Amino acid sequence: MSVLTPSTIDEVLAHLAERPEALLLSGGTDVMVEINMAHRKAPAEVVALRRVEQLRLWRHNPSSEGTGGTVTIGSGLPYAEMEHGPLAELFPALAEAARTVGSPQIRAAGTLGGNLGTCSPAGDGLPVLFALDAIVHLRSIGGQRDVPVADFMVGVKQNVLEPGELVTGVTMPIRHGWQGYSKVGVRNAMVIATASACLAMDRDRGAVTLALGAVGTTIIRCRDAEGWLAGELDLSAEPLDISDAVAQEFGRRAAADARPIDDHRSTAAYRGHAVGVLSSRLLRRAAA
Amino acid sequence: MTEASAPPAATATATETVTALRPGVLGTNAARPDGVPKVQGRFAFANDLWAENMLWGATLRSPHPYARIRSVDVTGAWKIAGVEAIVTAEDVPGQPTYGLIRQDQHVFASGYVRFRGEPVAAVAADHPETCRRALEAIVVDYEVLTPLTDPEEAIAGTREPIHPDGNLIRHQRILCGDPEATGPIVVEGTYEMGMQDQAFLGPEAALAVPDDDGAGLELYIATQWLHEDRKQVAACLGLPEERVRLVLGGVGGAFGAREDISLQVHCSLLALRTGRPIKMQYGREESFYGHVHRHPAKIWMRHSASAAGEIIKIEARMVFDGGAYASTSPAVLINGVTHAQGPYRCANAIVDGYATRTNNPPCGAMRGFGVVQACFAHEGQMDKLAAAAGLTPVEVRLRNAMRTGDPLITGQPVDSVAPVERCIRETDALPMPPDLASDADVLSLPGGTGRTADRGHVVRGVGYGVAIKNLMYSEAFDDYSTARCQLNDGVVTLKFATAEVGQGFLMLAQQIARTILGVDDVMLDTIDTQIGSSGSTSASRQTWMSGGAVDAACRKVRELLFEAVADRYGLPALQLAIEGTDVVDTIGTLRVPVGEASMGLRLDETVEYRHRPTEDLDENGQGNCHVAFAFVAHRAVVDVDPELGLVKVVQIATAQDVGRALNPLSVAGQIEGGIAQGLGLAVMEEIVVTDGMVRNASFTDYLLPTTLDAPTVVFSLIEEPDPQAPLGAKGVGEPPCISVTPAIAAAIRDATGRDIRRVPVRPQDICLA
Ligand SMILES: Cc1cc2nc3c(=O)[nH]c(=O)nc-3n(C[C@H](O)[C@H](O)[C@H](O)COP(=O)(O)OP(=O)(O)OC[C@H]3O[C@@H](n4cnc5c(N)ncnc54)[C@H](O)[C@@H]3O)c2cc1C
Repeated sequence: MSVLTPSTIDEVLAHLAERPEALLLSGGTDVMVEINMAHRKAPAEVVALRRVEQLRLWRHNPSSEGTGGTVTIGSGLPYAEMEHGPLAELFPALAEAARTVGSPQIRAAGTLGGNLGTCSPAGDGLPVLFALDAIVHLRSIGGQRDVPVADFMVGVKQNVLEPGELVTGVTMPIRHGWQGYSKVGVRNAMVIATASACLAMDRDRGAVTLALGAVGTTIIRCRDAEGWLAGELDLSAEPLDISDAVAQEFGRRAAADARPIDDHRSTAAYRGHAVGVLSSRLLRRAAA
Repeated sequence: MTEASAPPAATATATETVTALRPGVLGTNAARPDGVPKVQGRFAFANDLWAENMLWGATLRSPHPYARIRSVDVTGAWKIAGVEAIVTAEDVPGQPTYGLIRQDQHVFASGYVRFRGEPVAAVAADHPETCRRALEAIVVDYEVLTPLTDPEEAIAGTREPIHPDGNLIRHQRILCGDPEATGPIVVEGTYEMGMQDQAFLGPEAALAVPDDDGAGLELYIATQWLHEDRKQVAACLGLPEERVRLVLGGVGGAFGAREDISLQVHCSLLALRTGRPIKMQYGREESFYGHVHRHPAKIWMRHSASAAGEIIKIEARMVFDGGAYASTSPAVLINGVTHAQGPYRCANAIVDGYATRTNNPPCGAMRGFGVVQACFAHEGQMDKLAAAAGLTPVEVRLRNAMRTGDPLITGQPVDSVAPVERCIRETDALPMPPDLASDADVLSLPGGTGRTADRGHVVRGVGYGVAIKNLMYSEAFDDYSTARCQLNDGVVTLKFATAEVGQGFLMLAQQIARTILGVDDVMLDTIDTQIGSSGSTSASRQTWMSGGAVDAACRKVRELLFEAVADRYGLPALQLAIEGTDVVDTIGTLRVPVGEASMGLRLDETVEYRHRPTEDLDENGQGNCHVAFAFVAHRAVVDVDPELGLVKVVQIATAQDVGRALNPLSVAGQIEGGIAQGLGLAVMEEIVVTDGMVRNASFTDYLLPTTLDAPTVVFSLIEEPDPQAPLGAKGVGEPPCISVTPAIAAAIRDATGRDIRRVPVRPQDICLA
């Protein structure tokens, strides 16, 4: 096995152009498990991204229209850096999701690039990206593509990445309004989601977005529940007043959008039930 | 300062009492000799073993739970460069089968594979990766058969036997008193327990080094019982036992999973074949396939009681699924049925127990050994009885609590100290945790880091569990332990074959020698088969058994020392005693340090310690089959989010009958660890098996409690020395994990009103039932 350790994105792309089958290694927290469990053959060639500083940065892109602008997060930024500090203040839901990932050791290594590369419906970063309408930036020697995350993830562990392509980062709008992430697992820490949900208010647009994890082949955006709520209430009003009935109906609609399955971790019935509960509770928190 | 010493403080704390003892003796928190290296990562576990010129071994396992082997073709594997040996059933030179109680499992599957993961072949090669490729190149032609996975079918006898020994491993009935007896209160329930894994952190590993003449070998192995391994390995290799020497490799936990043979024979056979050292180790996934698990069980119980809630009769039907091979199932079953009454008086009983053979993963020993299953059922019943009699859970247990001398349903009197009532009362008297604060940190709520609950979603519940657990081996087993003590020039050296699996025996042995012989430095010889057996490190037995042997050997050496001193100073030996580190004349003035007194002496004694004999059960389950008993009570306080079915165990309070705390810190370690293991069984740990296939053979999906799941533990040690026990101390390893599981289940019932009948309790059992 050969391991290349480029230090710029251009070098990465050049390596990938020569060896489209090479394995990209970010934090390695998915890759190493897959290799150890023999779910993936040990690759002949590895391109390690750890030394590519450009991928480990994030930046604020101010907007010309006077809104909050956007933030671009490098695909190699570890979760540990999303948990606290300025990025966490801009995206509290991302911070909450980051804090639920594995253990401190995993969060020091694991990245959004890897979460997107693996594209598990249980990945904790993904519902946040879906709820915040993230754009995924892909680059190859041939150029750049910007793909909405909802188009990037196409199935269980399936995405539109082409051989030779690298996820450089994601861009998300800074929104005004409460946002949060919740995840159900059978253990109180370090557990794969059996059901998860991310809710983000967009007070300026009077909208809400809700994305569900681990209850379908991809992350599920609950357009029905979102649209219903925006029709029911003025979501730009301050303070927001959410009745029990509204929260329950929102949860019910969210659960109806879920397409959960039975597996060794849980049952379809429980997963469907749980995302409904999480969605109502998140909405109550948004109004608290 | 010339002032007379101040009067002793009125309230001496336990720690002060402890520090008043000479450091390192019995009763102190003496440090473990292996403690610091383990914490610093310097301790060599069996996985760290290495030898010059060694090869790696690996095992090919069945992908099917049940299949007939038409052929095994290894020619492809031989073509891979670096492969040095390939062995299958045909290559086993000695006895083809092994097993702890019945030798019913082939070293390599022969004719049939009976569980997913059964070994079919093994290879030795220059590198683990070469081994992996060689295993892939072995072609096994299987005729896949429909697995027998339902224990009830095994009992009913409706299926062809999946093994020449039949589909029922053992049935045992207990009939006691009047089968017609009944009472105004009758409560019944069916209780289920999933398959738990021991999940020790250091997977199976061994290094086999062949002798130069190829007619023997040395096996470095992480095990619980060197001599039993040797017996089985030598038989399968067709070698005399003295040509098979076993040395204990560093053991990274055991909990019962290292009682059975795993890679011992494979590794040894490959070493003999190649004439080179062989290293074998399992990864986590293979470890799930490579050792036996805790029996999943289904137990029906009916209790008849007086209006006052006094038990009149118990009836039970207990089904333990043993999986494909017998392992220790016959003994686990006996523990289950003989503990069906729990630590309560009961004069009449009809109990039927079955250990079945199926194509599920083999099950055998795990901490608690059959009693865990029984306890979950009888404690569920006690709460039902309490409700029916209008008593609290504590009252009903106190009302029925067994006392020293009470008979079991087997007719055996419980002549161990039986402080059941004290266990219950002292548990109940331990402080309750503070109420959940209105601004409680989200991490402390059910759901933890997942931030699923807010304070208002959480309800609290309290539950109790009480257990009785037998100690040592039962049913007429010749259970003994050997130890040798030498005292030369003030230095004590101890030798024994007792497997140190993390329980702290090394430390305890040193404490015993320091106490009996008045020396500070105690050397420990290699733990190997160059001395007689110490029996298994299981059944909560080593403190009693090997502790008893070390104690007896040290006492014999002390007698020799006294005789020598008596000779030298012309005193009667009977007048001499050890005080601190001196030999003193109890009625005269002589005081000689032990170091000086033993100068030039070569004192050497080896002792075999046996507990009193036990009997087999007759066909009605009557007989004195157990040696001794220990008791424990647990109180669980849990927070539950009923809507999501998530649980946080807040606090466990426990009072345990320990006889005597020889090392209080070590006892605390057993209590905390056992509680974590019992908590795992209560709310998350389960090997999920469908159609004979394990669905979660990894720590990604086999969930063990993390620090956020572990509760606060408050405990009280009940020290009523047991006169039968050589050091007054009862085994403390198993009781902590037994009644904690039903206590947690009861607390969840209390919080939610749900009828929880199964552990692990799954979220859907709480919120969707
Ligand atoms: C103990 C443990 C606990 C875990 N707990 C959680 C959890 O709670 N929640 C959760 O979501 N995940 C969890 N995971 C999984 C894992 O940590 C996450 O999916 C993480 O985001 C993976 O990131 P990584 O940088 O380590 O990816 P890697 O393992 O390096 O890569 C994963 C995949 O992405 C590809 N890839 C990586 N970077 C790029 C890139 N820039 N462009 C294109 N492809 C790329 C790789 O080629 C590979 O296919 C856990 C893993 C472990 C081992």
